[in-house]
Amino acid sequence: MSSLAQKKGFGAVLWDYLTTVDHKKIAILYLISGGFFFLVGGLEAMLIRIQLMKAGNDFLSAGLYNEIITMHGTTMIFLAAMPLLLAFMNAIMPLQIGARDVAFPFLNSLGFWLFFFGGIFLNLSWFMGGAPDAGWTNYASLALASEGHGIDFYALGLTISGFGTLIAGINFLVTIINMRAPGMTYMRMPLFTWTTFVASALILLAFPPLTIGLFFMIFDRLFDSNFFVVEMGGNTIIWEHLFWIFGHPEVYILILPAFGIFSEIFAIFSRKRLFGYTALVFATILIGFYGFMVWAHHMFTVGLGPTANAVFALATMIIAVPTGIKIFNWLLTIWGGSIQFSVAMVYAIAFIPSFVAGGVTGVMQAIAPLDYQLHDSYFIVAHFHYVIVGGVVLGLLAGTHLYWPKMFGTMLSEKLGMVTFWFFFIGFHLTFFIQHFLGLFGMPRRVYTFNADQGWDLYNLISSVGALFMAIGIIVLLVNVVLTTVKNVRVGNDPWGDGRTLEWAIPSPPPFYNFAQTPLVRGLDTYWIEKMEGNKEGMIYAEPLGDIHMPNGSIIPFVMSFGMFVAAFGALYFMDDTKPWALAVLVIGLGITFGSMLVRSLKDDLGFYITKEELIEDAKRGGNTDGHK
Amino acid sequence: MDINKRYTAQSWPDHPETATLEGKNKFVGFWLLLAAETVTFASLFATYLALKDKGPSGMEFTAAGLFELPLVFAMTMILLTSSLTSVYAMYHMKNHNFKAMQAWLGITVLLGLTFLGLEIYEFNHYVHLGFGFTHSAFSSAFYVLVGTHGAHVLFGLSWFIALMIRNSKRGLNMYNAPKFYLAALYWHFIDVVWVFIFTVVYLMGVIG
Ligand code: HEM
Ligand SMILES: [Cu+2]
Repeated sequence: MSSLAQKKGFGAVLWDYLTTVDHKKIAILYLISGGFFFLVGGLEAMLIRIQLMKAGNDFLSAGLYNEIITMHGTTMIFLAAMPLLLAFMNAIMPLQIGARDVAFPFLNSLGFWLFFFGGIFLNLSWFMGGAPDAGWTNYASLALASEGHGIDFYALGLTISGFGTLIAGINFLVTIINMRAPGMTYMRMPLFTWTTFVASALILLAFPPLTIGLFFMIFDRLFDSNFFVVEMGGNTIIWEHLFWIFGHPEVYILILPAFGIFSEIFAIFSRKRLFGYTALVFATILIGFYGFMVWAHHMFTVGLGPTANAVFALATMIIAVPTGIKIFNWLLTIWGGSIQFSVAMVYAIAFIPSFVAGGVTGVMQAIAPLDYQLHDSYFIVAHFHYVIVGGVVLGLLAGTHLYWPKMFGTMLSEKLGMVTFWFFFIGFHLTFFIQHFLGLFGMPRRVYTFNADQGWDLYNLISSVGALFMAIGIIVLLVNVVLTTVKNVRVGNDPWGDGRTLEWAIPSPPPFYNFAQTPLVRGLDTYWIEKMEGNKEGMIYAEPLGDIHMPNGSIIPFVMSFGMFVAAFGALYFMDDTKPWALAVLVIGLGITFGSMLVRSLKDDLGFYITKEELIEDAKRGGNTDGHK
Repeated sequence: MDINKRYTAQSWPDHPETATLEGKNKFVGFWLLLAAETVTFASLFATYLALKDKGPSGMEFTAAGLFELPLVFAMTMILLTSSLTSVYAMYHMKNHNFKAMQAWLGITVLLGLTFLGLEIYEFNHYVHLGFGFTHSAFSSAFYVLVGTHGAHVLFGLSWFIALMIRNSKRGLNMYNAPKFYLAALYWHFIDVVWVFIFTVVYLMGVIG
């Protein structure tokens, strides 16, 4: 993004991004593709709300409606929310702990490209015979009965992108365990780093069950096995268990990093140390831990029996406790602070009541007997949109405003930001608040229309108008991004003026090696401490200026992921009698993947050194180098 | 790290696998990967137990009738022994004795290949009895659990062989020592999984 980059041709920039292993550029890749999928998912949401705008509408057919709700949920969770969070984790976490990159830069790139090709593969279903239509939860009894290849696109696409996510999780864990700067003890880590850490641990343990479930699904549909085929002794409930053993931790994988972003915002814009930092850390760990013990609250109506239901109901209610602790810590951080109402801060403040509402409905659903009434109704839709939109999406929007200057070196317009905020916030409550009542009145979820005599017209119309408001908010955000990029007004290290952690001590965007000298950390909010003591540089250093070792870029991650993408088509058409070439495609695809893995393993890749002299040159130019030898 | 730096048995560090930052990262990352693998196999075991002996009504195959212990016991012994020989290989790696390490790795690979051969023979035998992959829920769960383990064995063997060939001429250095170490760690993990398969699938299967 420096003047150097702008002079480069398009081809060179493209090649640079295809081969990059720099966590900051990979963050930008995640941001762009996650943002793209967010728009796709948003478009699908608008189609759903148009269909439900009035009774007996025939805007969408029943079958197409099923495909759209399935793709909306799947896209939003796997291809929008997660990658957007991974974008901020990549961009910020290594800076917060004073590291020069993540532990495995090569794998970081591989993780991104796997996610990317998995997402593209899934969405190609629209153009290749129809999208999946069994809901984002893809229950086996529906999925096995679904005709065409939609479900196969789902299972194969999510398998590929799931590998990418798993790799990213392992990478962040190792980075945080091994690469913290001297003095950065665990209990001095910023909260966003902590939540990244716990979310990554959840990824590590939650994605394998999903992968196995998807494998069974692929085998059953494409290779004639019988895991879920009841006549052959199979059992469809196995899918539900595997899916939710993944699925509940997944919702915490989404919300914890958002909690982290909000924690940073509350501290920065209240100009106060986080209240109860230690409690916040332990609440985060506890939530991660309990997250694995509550999955069957999604299955109260399956018939697991009263004992199982009671146990899981209690476990679920307990999770609300650490979540409540966090809410009070944030409130007490704001309390008595010198508050600056930036856009990011306004999002954070709006998040608190919105998310609490979602938590309350969650606890209601945790009451198993009540859930018999609520399950599969619009009440559930209202609940999870309150936690996901009111928590995760508000967190992402807040994070975009907060970290945009650090990622791109320019400030998003606060004015337009406020416009987006108000449209989005009002639209959000307009859309989803009323859905609680629709649910209580008996409107089922995932049904493509309703009758005029059911009395749901007005509420559905209000809900659809709300969706329009949110869409306007997002369009204003896009305009904001374009204007900001065109104006290109550069900002300094600490554009908010009140940065507390290491990322604000270095240039925006940082040089590709992040820290010319590794910083020495003297406490929680280390940059703040240095500022308060009048240290102009904002850091003290743990080492003298010297040569820095950096990893080489590589095209192999892209090629490996492309191989998986090719192989997935082979698997998809394997059973079709009309497509005898499928086996060859499968073999070629796997050959590309394993071949490039072998090349990676056999070819030494020792990285390169930036010399001390180059670093001094860089510092004279203001540190904003592009990252090329 | 300087890949061309020559070491002697004296200058070689006690823990070459974690002597560099790259090595440390790989070490921690690999243990985390094994945690994920553990959850993977736990899911497969749980499914197998849920679907054991389940099939179309009137199915004649049961674990008790199908499995025979002698062959599987031999396979178990072979794989356990290969774990031991890989320990010897790592012992020599830590003493910077490249030749001895290669030799023991070679033996490990041979044992692993024997195991794989016997497993293929066993699967083939069941298929001829009519107990194929698509036969029933029981057969699907069995082949996917044991087959996933087999695929891990195949991958582990390929990894050993690739490392042995790639480094045959240049000996041990700080760059490849962590790689050998991790391949051996992976091999132990595969072995532990097999002990569970032997117990849960075969022993508990035969007992009924
Ligand atoms: C106080 C904490 C929470 C509690 C007690 C809770 C409880 C529940 C329960 C019992 C259900 C199942 C209802 C049913 O299907 O009948 C549910 C569904 C759901 N929850 Fe929560 N929840 C909580 C927080 C969250 C968070 C933080 C998220 C996401 C960020 C979330 C996302 C979801 C989703 C996506 C579903 C619906 C899944 C589906 O069926 O498609 N929940 N919740
Ligand atoms: Cu849940």
